[in-house]
Amino acid sequence: MREEGLISRAQNTWCPGCGNFAIQHAFKNAILELGSEGLSLDEVVLVTGIGCHAKMADYFNLNSVYAIHGRAVPAAAGLKIADPNLKVICCVGDGDAYAEGLDHLLFAAKRNMDMTIIVHNNRVYGLTTGQYTPTSPLGFRGKSTPTGTAEPPFNPIALMLNAGASFVARGYTRRQDQLRWMIKEAIMHRGLSFIDVLQICATFFDPHEVYDRMVYEPEGHDRSSIESAMRLASEWDYNSESRIPIGLFFQGERPVFEDRFRGVRPDIPSRENKIGMFLEGRR
Amino acid sequence: MEDFSVLIGGRAGEGLNRAGQIIARLLNAHGYHIYMYYDYPSLIRGGHNFSIIRAATHSIGAHRTHVDVLLALNRETLILHSGRLREGGAIIYDSDAAKADGIGIPLSKILKEEGAPPITRNSGLIGAFARAAGIQWEVLERIIKKEFPKGTEINLKVARRGFDASEQKLRIDRPSMKGLPLVSGNEAIGLGLLRGGLTSYIAYPMTPTSSLLHFLAEVEGDFGLKVVHPENEIAVMLMAIGAACGGEKVAVGTSGGGFCLMTEGLGFAGMAECPVVIVLGQRTGPSTGLPTYTSQGDLLFARHASQGEFSRLVTAPADASEAFFWSSESLRLAWRFQIPAIILSDKTLSEGYYSLMVHSREQSSVEESGPGNEDRPYRRYRFTDSGVSPMAKMPTRGAVVKVNSYYHDEDGITTEDAAMTASMQEKLLRKGEALSKELGKYETVWTHGRGEDLALVCWGSNGPVCQETADILGARVVRPIVLHPFPEEAFGRALGSPAATVVVEQNATAQLSSILKGFGHRVDATVLKYDGRPFSVEELATRVQEVHA
Ligand SMILES: Cc1ncc(C[n+]2csc(CCOP(=O)(O)OP(=O)(O)O)c2C)c(N)n1
Ligand SMILES: [Mg+2]
Repeated sequence: MREEGLISRAQNTWCPGCGNFAIQHAFKNAILELGSEGLSLDEVVLVTGIGCHAKMADYFNLNSVYAIHGRAVPAAAGLKIADPNLKVICCVGDGDAYAEGLDHLLFAAKRNMDMTIIVHNNRVYGLTTGQYTPTSPLGFRGKSTPTGTAEPPFNPIALMLNAGASFVARGYTRRQDQLRWMIKEAIMHRGLSFIDVLQICATFFDPHEVYDRMVYEPEGHDRSSIESAMRLASEWDYNSESRIPIGLFFQGERPVFEDRFRGVRPDIPSRENKIGMFLEGRR
Repeated sequence: MEDFSVLIGGRAGEGLNRAGQIIARLLNAHGYHIYMYYDYPSLIRGGHNFSIIRAATHSIGAHRTHVDVLLALNRETLILHSGRLREGGAIIYDSDAAKADGIGIPLSKILKEEGAPPITRNSGLIGAFARAAGIQWEVLERIIKKEFPKGTEINLKVARRGFDASEQKLRIDRPSMKGLPLVSGNEAIGLGLLRGGLTSYIAYPMTPTSSLLHFLAEVEGDFGLKVVHPENEIAVMLMAIGAACGGEKVAVGTSGGGFCLMTEGLGFAGMAECPVVIVLGQRTGPSTGLPTYTSQGDLLFARHASQGEFSRLVTAPADASEAFFWSSESLRLAWRFQIPAIILSDKTLSEGYYSLMVHSREQSSVEESGPGNEDRPYRRYRFTDSGVSPMAKMPTRGAVVKVNSYYHDEDGITTEDAAMTASMQEKLLRKGEALSKELGKYETVWTHGRGEDLALVCWGSNGPVCQETADILGARVVRPIVLHPFPEEAFGRALGSPAATVVVEQNATAQLSSILKGFGHRVDATVLKYDGRPFSVEELATRVQEVHA
């Protein structure tokens, strides 16, 4: 199938102007570059949740697990447990990962699993036609909250730093070069890589004018310091109209969960023997 | 003695499960068949715990109401269980804690003199029991050494004091043959899964399958097994699916509450054709219910859990031997047909101890369907006559493997096309037909006895108690082991046309009975129990006689 190129024959059904195109583009180029640098595409698995973002699974000629809403991350964890050498990349939504499946996201960070999580953060439920998500601003008027939400948003960057992710970044779809670079770095980083990508939803929530004005790349930020990363993360709370730092906030080194599963397997006859020995001991 | 029972009781935290196991091993060492039932409330300290250890010269898997020896660590045990003691039976008790007509052992005094910790009290009673049963000290010594690798010396000292203070009351026959391996139901399930090729086990603790998690975690090094305890059962199921995609042979374990959380993932496994084995240990009631007691309340749930329609295998082994065999086969069949396979256990089976008889029947050689060269380009969901597509793991060189929870085409790409949707739905169900056909090679319905007057129909852990009851009443037992796809043909043949059919179940709504009626079978009466306690032989015989005079 891959002979046809990296983009599959599946018909693309994102809305015109959808931010997902930009993420798809950056992702494709990142993968192509990694491929030309020696990464075996056979070993890449794209795991998605359910939502507009998740169509990434259909659109790429890559191994994929098009999972269920909120549950891409544990499926990805299972793949890594099976084969720690796989390059597993989760493309998840903000409703998907921050609401339905937040527990898994935090635990993936806690375990520092060696995989990449890209959150297509349009700050709205796209596929279910426009309800608020955990990163929608306070007072967001969506179809389920016509008079505005009464809860402030999460700050996922701070959450993931706290939970132990060893690579934490924020991207913006209209900063293509940086996004592609960040995705590549994330995939090659050993440990849990997390990128919250600010993306517009052309139909239900489009703050691109604010993003264009507010995003900036901080200079002289110490990426190895969790304190500096936290400080940077607190510059924007996903609610107020303040400056929005983008880029790599933190990168560190920590033991990787699935490393304990690298090992040799006893063959089947020796298994039978071991079962026999166990039973003998129970006589 | 051909058939006798020992009850040991005390407070939670006094090691009564362990004590029961040691007594079971003592009797096992004399060549008896063993069954042990352990009864405990859901708490860590205090409350009443007891174990009933039954030994017989024939194969057993159920307890009796009456006991021959009562071992009491406290007064409560005497109050609660004296009524069970058979005439001429022996009481051995802590004379520092209670008064009774029997062999009193001053356990507090012994512990004080030996400087032993309170947890060793049961060793004192076990020592006294060994002497009373005419078991040689050397046999007890050997078993204590094996069972208490830590604290061996002090346990031996206390046991010896109990032994010396006791007197012979019964006569255990000399070892006639080597005992069979003594295992819990969960250990049998774990060993069966390993035999079937298990490479990963993923579970979140929940009684009565926690001890399966503990057992497999303990032996993971020996078997190169990957044992993972994630954040919740939703993650458990999804990790299992991911692991299966990566080429693992994976099982999960839980009880009803955890299985509720797994059901969305179960449907995903069904739709995406990811094999997985689910060990579902039933316990009593909806919600938290009675965490440490038994039930057969989840039969219909296991058969129907999840939205939509797909093929699955549900089996309910009756004892450790069947659990060993069917756990192994469930795993093979799950992978062969790329379906979820549920092993329905319950507290009785999972936490009971049994003498294991390895089926003389050889395990099947279930061949697997990997992709061949003709499968290029690879299509994860290629249409075939049986509905089973060649399964390639991730990574497979040169193959793009696409797994999908939506209706999908043969490549695994999402579709909403009407014809493709119908074809994929039919593919999912065709696998079930192929599975049914394969199951025709197995003993899917177990039968026992000859009587044409009365057939007792039961399932799961009620098998052994029904067998004994049938022997008492001159009845037959017909017990489906496979509960989905229901082996209707084999069942009809096995049932024949008895004068009366009585269905015995550990639930309140007669779930198997409703399945049988659905196939047009006549059910004359049901005997149901839903208080969390398994039937004893005497109790079931009485209950059956009440409905079938
Ligand atoms: C268990 C479950 N609940 C609800 C849904 C319905 N659902 C599908 S997508 C979605 C939200 C998608 O939002 P998000 O994750 O932000 O993705 P987006 O569409 O914005 O990319 C919901 C609620 C579902 N598929 N499964
Ligand atoms: Mg969204």
